Amino acid sequence: MAAAACAAECGVRVGMVDDNPSLGGQIWRGESDGQHHPDASKWVRRVRRSGAAVLCGWRVVHQPEEGVLLAENLSGFCELKYGKLVLAPGARERFLPFPGWTLPNVMGAGGLQAMVKCGLPIRGKRVIVAGTGPLLLAVADYLRKHGAEIPLICEQACWRSLAKFGLALVRWPAKIVQGLRLKFDLAGVPLAANSWPLAAHGETTVERVTVSRAGRVEDIPCDYLACGFHLVPNIELPLLLGCAVGNGCVQVNEFQETTSSSVFCAGEPTSIGGVELALIEGQIAGLAAAGRTREARAWFEKRKKARGFAQLLDRTFRLRTELKSLSRSETVVCRCEDVSYSRLRQHTCWRSAKLHTRCGMGSCQGRVCGPMTQFLFKWKPDSVRPPVFPARVESLAALARQLEGQPTAK
Amino acid sequence: MHSEVTVTVNGAPVVVPSGTSVAVAIVMAGQACRRSVSGEPRGPLCGMGICFECCVAINGNRHVRSCQLLCEQGMEVATEKCIDE
Repeated sequence: MAAAACAAECGVRVGMVDDNPSLGGQIWRGESDGQHHPDASKWVRRVRRSGAAVLCGWRVVHQPEEGVLLAENLSGFCELKYGKLVLAPGARERFLPFPGWTLPNVMGAGGLQAMVKCGLPIRGKRVIVAGTGPLLLAVADYLRKHGAEIPLICEQACWRSLAKFGLALVRWPAKIVQGLRLKFDLAGVPLAANSWPLAAHGETTVERVTVSRAGRVEDIPCDYLACGFHLVPNIELPLLLGCAVGNGCVQVNEFQETTSSSVFCAGEPTSIGGVELALIEGQIAGLAAAGRTREARAWFEKRKKARGFAQLLDRTFRLRTELKSLSRSETVVCRCEDVSYSRLRQHTCWRSAKLHTRCGMGSCQGRVCGPMTQFLFKWKPDSVRPPVFPARVESLAALARQLEGQPTAK
Repeated sequence: MHSEVTVTVNGAPVVVPSGTSVAVAIVMAGQACRRSVSGEPRGPLCGMGICFECCVAINGNRHVRSCQLLCEQGMEVATEKCIDE
């Protein structure tokens, strides 16, 4: 949104394609009225005023040739031509397998929040929030404000690194204010460090969760388990477009330009740093793509400071090794293809596991189990192949026609 | 715009506030979105279009991520269980 608005305000022709049903990405999902985030409505208004054409509910599945993207929605597909491209595909949650994690109503922490933002009634429901990262507190606070009861927040990091995190926040006073407000709003909700889920139990949906709470095992009844282990950058589309990736993040120069010419990238794919960093990077990318490098430069200092916060997040919420041993032999790791932990353990790399077990070859294309196996077995993902998301046959047929040199239908 | 919309989930009507996603309507109807390859019931996991656990058929279009789609009046939603039956 920041990139689109800034570029369009420079007078260039801008089109914005968003996989989500409305503007705002994940953090600002359903927030265009600005009820909880005044910044969200400010940016939505700015995008609308800027004259950028907005396509919501469309996902990019392929780049059939340089400068052309193929996108589709429920009713069909279209080709989008570009001179400059800014990618901002955001991040997803990292999930870790433990017995029962595939039960309905065990969701990501951000996942459950997204569902509530999309209308899921949560009033009076008991939600255990578990995993790692600052998102847990934000989610717990959001759910509680919507009437949920939070019996426990389990954070896998230890008190020592959380305390260090708190002290280091001195460099970002706004974050301290945010943090204190969260702490105040969450008064009465137990937050346990050194704690993580061991198993989720239930017949058709989750009914109770066994947790390791600072070394003690406890059984807690619940209606939902919201569980996410920090975030993983969405780098599949940048990889498809040939952008270099290092350490799991898209590599960019000072103007947010990737190694792929005319392709820029902003936000979580370059490093998990939160909404402030994403907005700064988006503005730099939008201005630079529109040729306003001098104005883009004005944001460099702010970006440097915000990037420091990204590094702090990375240090604080590193996963502890105990989390590698939560799975039992029969625990499903790849949800799309129901591949168990014991079947995966027999393999030495991602490719071998894919070829022999179909792990990572289902609908999500390894987006869920890829980061897991990276943590569990230190496997490295393979290259990305088109289409980057499962695509409609109609879209693929159009591609095939194009390869044969025939005109496409649309 | 209506403040409420009615969709059907496996033939049964569900009334939801407008702006509700199809995935939420399915959870409110007490249905699992799909059966895994070994037959386990599955519901939404990521809520943001990544995991494909919420895929259902919408008005006969199969394999649609229900978390990324808002309910529209008269929409017919079929979970995988019902498609196979």
